[in-house]
Amino acid sequence: MTRLKMTLFAIAAMLSLLFSSPLSAQEAENVEAVAAEQEGPDISGMIFGHILDSYEWHFTDIGDTKIVLYLPCIVKSETTGWHVFSSSHLYHPEGAVYEGFQIAESGSNEGKIIEVATGERPLDISITKNALALLINSLILICIFLYCARWYKGKTAQDAAPKGFVGAIESMVGWVYDDIIVANIPQNANRYAPYLLTAFFFIFLNNLIGLIPGSANITGNIAITFFLATCTFLMINLFGNKHYWLDIFNPHVPWWLKPIMIPIEILGMFTKPVALMIRLFANIMAGHTAMLALFSMIFITASMGAILNGSMTVLAVLFTIFMNALELLVAFIQAYVFTMLSAIFIGLSQPVVHESEA
Amino acid sequence: MLSTILLEAANLTYAGAAIGAGIVAIGAGIGLGKIGGAAMDAMARQPEAISKIQTPMIIIGALVEGVCLIGAVACLLAILMK
Repeated sequence: MTRLKMTLFAIAAMLSLLFSSPLSAQEAENVEAVAAEQEGPDISGMIFGHILDSYEWHFTDIGDTKIVLYLPCIVKSETTGWHVFSSSHLYHPEGAVYEGFQIAESGSNEGKIIEVATGERPLDISITKNALALLINSLILICIFLYCARWYKGKTAQDAAPKGFVGAIESMVGWVYDDIIVANIPQNANRYAPYLLTAFFFIFLNNLIGLIPGSANITGNIAITFFLATCTFLMINLFGNKHYWLDIFNPHVPWWLKPIMIPIEILGMFTKPVALMIRLFANIMAGHTAMLALFSMIFITASMGAILNGSMTVLAVLFTIFMNALELLVAFIQAYVFTMLSAIFIGLSQPVVHESEA
Repeated sequence: MLSTILLEAANLTYAGAAIGAGIVAIGAGIGLGKIGGAAMDAMARQPEAISKIQTPMIIIGALVEGVCLIGAVACLLAILMK
């Protein structure tokens, strides 16, 4: 028992040594002065700057120079009509108001363009960071698949299988088709294969590109996942057959349960796509946030002394690499889960009921 | 006096969100652990049925995860919208 106490005391002593500042008094004063000037690093600002959409594409800072791509703002005001200008005018250090617009610094429209005169949001179809990244990524996706599709021109099923990149894509397409689409929609696989394959590769590619430092966080944006979930919702409900609708509006339950069951079934129509939306969004956003939070440990501990900062730097880099590797896995799993659940819901909306049962 | 109470309330929001996130993690751990454990048992007993077990396992896992993520997002919203 005394041995345990002594070990604990030793650990506590070592920890207190770590946390106590090894700097001299004057240096400590300097550090305090700097800290008072900056009030510590703006961690949440940094994290949200990486995760959220913006009107500029800020890659990095080299010294004091910002490496940044200013994007076009396209806004339509109720009173003054259309305006097209570069967002560099809005991020100008002095005088951030341009043509009667500015970026709101607080309130519910924080970070978005508002009209200075009214404080209202104009109709905003700016090419933001996410919109531009979405266009680029979609172009990459189209290039990949048109390139692969060209390989198959003039080939028959008896020819040798493709090698290299085309072969890799073919094996993935084959796997998604066989194991996800045909397995869950055996009655009508080919009709839904284009949508589900597109959804899978769109999510997978955007997840992967979102992991590259400096790129935009596309699938961690709830508007994008809302659109994907809406597509699945339409696929489920537009092509559901009569047995699917009978199950919703006239379920096989005793009559006195129907007033309870029918609202639940109708609610169920909406909870499925909402769950898809939240799942993809929250997974990707949480992954990015965790990675950035671990990485920012370096900057949080920067003012706490060399030993603590040095050890935390090593730890933070190791953990960030680990999280990044984990996110590679999550990027694939989330694309798989989204496609799989979409396929299951579509399959369930078209039950094959034999005449004798119906 | 009022300012201290307001400050306390602001801190309580953070504390509540953090505790909520912890409870969500416990729920996810219990749920996914039971699913994973049962699936592992089944796979060990009948290795030839692995492909049949895997799909339902992932589906149920995704459903549990969905509920937990909604909880986690609610915790995040508690901080962001305080």
